[in-house]
Parts: sequence; C-alpha cells; structure tokens
Amino acid sequence: MKDILGLVAKRLGLGLVTLLVVSVLIFFAVELLPGDIAQAVLGQMATEETLAKLREEMGLERPAVVRYLDWLAGAVTGDFGTSLIDGEAVTAKITDRFINTLFLAAYSAAIAVPFAITLGIIVALLRNSIFDRVANVVTLTSISSPEFFLGYILILYLAVKWSMFPAIASLSSGMTFLELLERTFLPALTLVLVVTAHMMRMTRAAIINLLASPYIEMARLKGAPPWKVIVRHALPNAWAPIINVVALNLAYLVTGVVLVEVVFVYPGIGQLLVDAVAKRDFPIVQACCLIFAATFILLNLAADVGAILTNPRLRHPK
Amino acid sequence: MSKHHNKGVLLEIRDLKIDGYADETWVPIIKGVDLTLRRGEVLGLIGESGAGKSTIGAAAMGYARDGTRISEGSIEFDGMELTTATSAEKRALRGSRIAYVAQSAAASFNPAHKLIDQHTEAPLHYRIKKRMEAQEDAMELYERLRLPNPTEIGFRYPHQVSGGQLQRAMTAMAMSCRPDLIIFDEPTTALDVTTQIEVLAAIRDIVDQFDTAAIYITHDLAVVAQMTDTIKVLLKGEEVQHASTEKMLDAPEEEYTKSLWAVRSFKRPQKSRPEDDSKPVISVQGIDAAYTGGAKVLDDVSFDIYPGMTVAVVGESGSGKSTAARVITGLLPPMKGEILCRGEALPPRYQDRTRDQLRQAQMIYQMADTALNPKSRISDIIGRPAQFYSGLKGQGLKQRVDELLDLIELDPAKFYNRFPPELSGGQKQRIGIARALAAEPEFIICDEVTSALDQLVAEGILKLLDRLQQELGLAYMFITHDLATVRSIADEVVVMQNGKVVEQGAKEEMFTPPHHPYTDLLLSSVPEMDPNWLTTLLEERGVDNIGEAASV
Repeated sequence: MKDILGLVAKRLGLGLVTLLVVSVLIFFAVELLPGDIAQAVLGQMATEETLAKLREEMGLERPAVVRYLDWLAGAVTGDFGTSLIDGEAVTAKITDRFINTLFLAAYSAAIAVPFAITLGIIVALLRNSIFDRVANVVTLTSISSPEFFLGYILILYLAVKWSMFPAIASLSSGMTFLELLERTFLPALTLVLVVTAHMMRMTRAAIINLLASPYIEMARLKGAPPWKVIVRHALPNAWAPIINVVALNLAYLVTGVVLVEVVFVYPGIGQLLVDAVAKRDFPIVQACCLIFAATFILLNLAADVGAILTNPRLRHPK
Repeated sequence: MSKHHNKGVLLEIRDLKIDGYADETWVPIIKGVDLTLRRGEVLGLIGESGAGKSTIGAAAMGYARDGTRISEGSIEFDGMELTTATSAEKRALRGSRIAYVAQSAAASFNPAHKLIDQHTEAPLHYRIKKRMEAQEDAMELYERLRLPNPTEIGFRYPHQVSGGQLQRAMTAMAMSCRPDLIIFDEPTTALDVTTQIEVLAAIRDIVDQFDTAAIYITHDLAVVAQMTDTIKVLLKGEEVQHASTEKMLDAPEEEYTKSLWAVRSFKRPQKSRPEDDSKPVISVQGIDAAYTGGAKVLDDVSFDIYPGMTVAVVGESGSGKSTAARVITGLLPPMKGEILCRGEALPPRYQDRTRDQLRQAQMIYQMADTALNPKSRISDIIGRPAQFYSGLKGQGLKQRVDELLDLIELDPAKFYNRFPPELSGGQKQRIGIARALAAEPEFIICDEVTSALDQLVAEGILKLLDRLQQELGLAYMFITHDLATVRSIADEVVVMQNGKVVEQGAKEEMFTPPHHPYTDLLLSSVPEMDPNWLTTLLEERGVDNIGEAASV
C-alpha cells in the first residue's frame, strides 16, 4: 500500500509539472497573437494615446515573463483576472458554467460507461456473431458522425417529430433534479453515442486478447460456462486498458462538448469558450484552456492509479 | 495393465482423428489413435513436441483447442460419447469428473484471484460443497500435497507462491471435486529437478490415495517411468508402441522407442586445462552483482574458462547462472570484482567496450523463438553481426553468410531468404548459433540452449556445438539445469546456489563422490530410467525431507 501511495504522489507531482508546462504554452500562445490585448479591446480605430493609456492601466508594458508569473500566481489562488468585455471576474463567470459542464459530463458518463462496458462484455461473449457485427457497425457509425449532426438528428426525431424531450437544454433556477435530467437528456444522449463505441471496442478487444491465455483455457477445462470465463476470469485482468480508454473519454466529455453545447444551447464552459474566442476575451480563453488541461491530466492520473489498483501484483506485493 | 485389468473401463478412445488448421486448410494431426483407460490406471503418453500428446489429452475431456477439430472416431467416457455430446453436457464433466493439470501452473492460475478461490470454483459451481466446506477441503488437500502453511497458503495470489508450490496447488485444485480422471499435461517440465521430485511424489501419492485414473503427458521417459502403469509412445499423431512400463523400459520393441531411450548416450571425452601457461579466455573474479534496488544476486563468484573448453554452470532457477552471463557480457555492471579476457580487464559496461572486446562474448539464448526477430530474413540475422564485426559488404558478406550456414549444416540456397517463423525449433536454434559465430568469437555463452528442444533435436545441437568447438577452438560457458547435458558435453562444472559458487572442478570429479551436499542433492534428483527410482529415493531421503527442507 505504501508503494502505491508513493506511486500516486510521484504521478501527481509529474502531473503538476505537466500542468505548469501547459500553462506556459497557453500564456505565450495568446501572447503570440498579432496585436495585444489593449488593441483587441479598443479595436482598429484606437489612437496611439488611448492604446498606451490602456496598456499602462493593464500593466501590459511589463515584460511577458513578469506578467506570466503574475497570472500564474493569480491562477493558483483561483483568480484568473477580469473579463476584457464586461470587467467581471473570470472565476465567477466560469464557475457556474463549469459546474454545468461537469453535470452534463457526469450524466453522460453515468449512462455511457456502464452501457459501453456491458455491451463490450456481451460482444466479447458473442464474438463474431451477428449481434457482435451489428453492435460494431452501429457504434462505429455513431462515432464517425459529427456530434452536431447526431445532435440535430436526435432533435429532429425525439424533440420535433415525437416531442419526447425538449430540444433546447437551457437551464433556469428552481428546476428540480428530475426536470434537469429531462431537459439535458438529448445532449447527454448525443455524448453517449459519441463515446460509447470507443469504450465498447476496447473492452471487447482487451477481453478477447486474453482468451488465448493458459488460465482462460484452465477455467474452461474446470467447466466454467462462457459468461463466467469472460466476467470472472478475463475481465479482472483486462481492466488496465479499459480504464485508460474510459478516462480518455471522460476527459473528452468535459473538454470536447463545445459543439454539443452550441447545438443544444446549453450554458456550459464550451459555449463560454466559443464566445470568448469570438470576442477575443483572452483571460477567459486562458482560464478555460487551463481548466481543460487540468481535467485531462487529472483523469489520466486517475486512470494510471486505477490500472495500478487493478493489478494484483502491485496490490499484493510478495 | 497389470493391477487394473479387472476394473471397469473409464475412458475408451477409438480411432481418434483430429485435424489442425494450418495455412488455410485442415491437416490431420492425430491419425487414428486408440486408448483404453481403466479406473485407477495411470497411462503415460510420451513423444516429442508435435506428436499430439496434449491434443489427445484435451480430447479426452471432449475439448478441442482453438484451431483444432475432432474429425473422426469416438471418445467414450464412462458410457457417455463425448464426440456427439452437447457442449453443456461436456462442460458438466469438466472440473467435476475429469480434471486438468497444465504445464505451467504460473500461467494457468488466474493472476487476479486467490488460489483458494480458484480451487473452490468448481465445487461451488457444481454445488458439491458449501464455500466453507470447500475451503476446508482445499486446506486438507494442500496438507496432503505437503504444501507449507496449508491453512494460509490458499489465501495468497499466484505470484506470491513459488513454481513448485503452484504446481502442487494446481494438482490439489484438480482434486477438488474428486474426479475419476485427471489429465496431467507436462506438469513438471518447467520445474527444477529438485522441485520436480516434490511434485512427482505429491502427484503419485494423491492419485494413489484417491484411486484416480490419470493420463500423464510428458516427453521425459525417466519421469514417466516413475508415474505410470502403462506407456503409450506417439510419433507424429500415430501410436508407435503401447506396453506396460516395465516392459517398455526393459525391452523396447520399436526402433523409434529405442531411439528415444538412446538419446542420452552422446558423450564426448573430457578435456583438461592446457598445460602451458596460457591465460583463461574469460576469468570471472570475485563478482558481486544486484539488479537495481534488489538484493545481491551474485556473491563473490569466481571461475575461469580456458580456451577450447566447455564449462557448465549448473544450479536451480534463481541461483544466479544467467546473471553471471549478464555480468560477463557487460549487460549488468557488477558491484565488485572484474571480468578478465585473456588477462586484460574488460570494462564493466558493454557501452564502454571496444568492438573487439564485444566480439569476445557472444550469446546463444534458450528461446530461439523470441531471440530471433521474426520479421528479419535469415541472411540479415546472420549478416548483421558479420557486417558489424568484420566490416564485410556485398559479395563478401553473402559469401560469409553462406559459409556460416554451411557451418551449422543448413543449406544456404534453401535458408538464405527465409524468415524465422518458417523454421523448426532446432533450425532456429542453429540460426542462433550462426549469429553468435558471425562475430568470430573465441568464447560463447550458451544459456539453456537445449532445454526448450526435444531430446533428439537437442542432441543434434549438442553435437553441432561440439564439432564447432573442435573446428574453431571455441570456449563455451554452458548454462543449464539439465545434468544429462552436463554429462555429455562439459569439461568442467561450476555448481551455483543462491548466488554463490558451492563447488567447481573437472567433470569426472564432480560426478564422483564425495560431493558438496547441494551437488549431491542436484545429482540425486535427476530422474533415472528405473521405475523404482522415485520410491527408493524417497525412502532414502525420508518423505518429510522432500518438501521445503530439501530445497534449502
């Protein structure tokens, strides 16, 4: 157990270093854009004097490194500066949006992960059958179609033609949890369709990969029925690759939802990011990017730890 | 056939034919084999790899491995025809009435579950016992099989238990439902000789105690002689001879059976160290070594290898034989001591050695399968070192590769452009030898080069190595755990145990008493072609001493 804690601490440390590198990239990528923030705020018509004044106000005449450290110090304490458009604190603007995005991601994951893994187990059990092929074709089709296309198809049928679910996932305060679930069902379903194929196929492949192992043959020769061979003997040894793919897809649910949020007009962080990019509101762009990066790093860390925890050799050392 | 001939027939196989799928077509691999097994009888199936032993063993459970199919014949187990039974009917027999013990227990136990949970799986599945009952029964079986801490060992995971113990735990697992028949598929092949005895004794006892019938599959005649009532010899999917064990050992009839017996006859005269003051080609001096962060694996190891001589390094797995080889080649820099080549110290790390120093220590590996790149042509595998060490190019290089192929008795015209997967095990090992020779070394390390091969093929490799030694004046460091190989090829022997050299000297001395106690244990543990060998040995050592006590 001590070894595992040590390993986790080490990975966490590496994650922080990665995050630091990413923060450098994010900050200086924005720096590289033509013109500076003052110009962006005042537009093409600004005079040199007003520009200089604004630059001084915003501290832009200081060297980039100093401004980066300033920004980083703020970010660490949760202060991402103020929006260039309306002067509101970026953190306050982002928090609600980010919670919404996390909610949608959790909602989709709660459906997609159990569904994909169960389906993966079933197709591994019925490998090369008609069911296996149909499941593969359907999930591959859904992963190959762009999200906005899937989203509009779902809206067309489930919302417009059959009026089962609302087409627009706008939120208002005072909604009950159930209403919330109903309101966000279509975007969640779209995301489920997008991420299922990947996880299902990895589950199937990871299990089938193990079926040639001597211990699987042993299980068969002990009289274990096929489902037990898969669930009890193959699956426990297949977790590591499955967990990795699940983590990647969870990260996608948080960072890749931009299109889905736009289609369903869902007030998430993706919408905010798109708006901010359009309006050149750099502090928000930087904050969003940093949050996305942190999500990726954290989920990958969780996958590594999960893979370690499912390995009996590491869990029970000699 | 003797003591069981009036018991009821348990398994009756008639004219069994099994096909294997190869190159997109079905080819026969078992060509009509008959087999009758009575209750309580132990039948040995022997033959080289590819003879179809394991396939028949699996078929006795009504099981066709992936890529095989039972095409003809009948398999009748206790009145039930398995070739026409449904898969559910066959499954109901497996684990409960017919059990299986696999070759590598380490690979055949599921790494994700505790031993006892795997043990109780079948009894719980068949509702023969409740969980607590089944666990108690497991502990009792562990005790009967002389596993240490029988009440506790089952709660460990497979990787926490040694190979010999795992093999006994697997035998216990096979017994969990008290089956009528157990198929033992090479259960001791992967074990050291000293561990093998414990497992053999345990298997024999338990099969006896419960009067279980067994099919014992092996390629080792001396082992099969200890375990079985009758022996069936197979060759390429056909029966060669079937007789009682005594008869088979005393008077083998068929030519092929005789040839199997004769395998261990190859022996070349022992050479002694040169009289003049020539220096050893490799001298290992006071080496201590450890892997990163681990305990010491080698402890003050010293030995010399003189030109043109073969030094066999023997010991159980984990005794440090292969680590010594890694130190010599520079793959593992030692903590203390040095390696001299003709009196000159070699740099500890291979990265710091010159091309000429690297040339001196070539290796041939145990698993030719994994030691040859399957995607490289033979000409590249051998040509690369020839080019690297001798700087040959174009026509000269081709000529050299042809020469090397001639040396290892493979026709250059046929093998030059082929890939390793197209070759047989023995041919692959020959390519491994040619690759080592391409560097024109004076010294080659042979790491268990024959232990993955059939006996006849292995003998061919030993003869080849011997011929090359005479023609090219090579010195060999021969790492092995097989004392029969030592007897046939070595000039000097180094015995290692727990990272230390316990005894070393000329071969004849080593094989004549008095020995170091550990050498004695190793020597007396090699199965002999005498059906009473195991019984006598157990009496001499005392049954209680063959367990953990003997492996110290």
